[in-house]
Amino acid sequence: MSSLRSPLAKVLGSGSAKDGTGHFWSQRVSAAGIALLGSWFVLTLLTTDLGDRNDLIAWVAAPQNSILLLLLSIALAWHSNLGVQVVIEDYVHGPFIKVVSLVLCKFAHFVAAAAAVFGILKIAFGGAA
Amino acid sequence: MSNSGRPLSPHLSIYRWPVTMTVSILHRVSGIALSAGLVVFAWWLLAASSGPGAWDQFSAFATSWIGQLMLIGWSAAFFFHLANGIRHIVWDFGYGFELPTANASAWFVLVLTVILTAAFWVLA
Repeated sequence: MSSLRSPLAKVLGSGSAKDGTGHFWSQRVSAAGIALLGSWFVLTLLTTDLGDRNDLIAWVAAPQNSILLLLLSIALAWHSNLGVQVVIEDYVHGPFIKVVSLVLCKFAHFVAAAAAVFGILKIAFGGAA
Repeated sequence: MSNSGRPLSPHLSIYRWPVTMTVSILHRVSGIALSAGLVVFAWWLLAASSGPGAWDQFSAFATSWIGQLMLIGWSAAFFFHLANGIRHIVWDFGYGFELPTANASAWFVLVLTVILTAAFWVLA
């Protein structure tokens, strides 16, 4: 009996990432989402010519496409953030530079997600002239 | 060295690079490449929503030879990461860890990536 912490507390705070299996599970769930949404996106690119801006806007503006594109954008940014986070944790070792890298990684992914979401919504709500 | 047939430690001159390691490294490399591609994905949507000027800038990049080359690279990275990601999820369920199976699935993922990438650009 060398510790007063309960087994539960040890488990809940465990691991170098300090979040147990949360990261692992989140990565798998977002991967499953991207597998479905990404396949839809690739099939769309094959069957629809989106090279012209007007055609692209008309396609994005259709509600089912707007919604699926929003989901794809968020899932991609989330999954990408989880992946880059692991790479940083593997290769960046200084305690300060590691935290800075992880925060910048998160910021960058939020910016990418916000930009994509903003573009989709602007087109969906008829704001793209 | 009379006891031939027994396992030896890896050594530079006798080490055979396993295909499973190549695919493992490629999974991480393709993931990082796709993270960079996310920026272009956001740029694509943002440019379309902004106006003809912004769209022409994106279009000029996407249709240039370097842009086309990068798009082919991103498509290959996507198909590889998708196929190998499914391989990883099968592993998560506890299947396919046997060495012959893991080697075969690694080669399958590589061949599938080439086929899907080629098919995508031929059909697109």
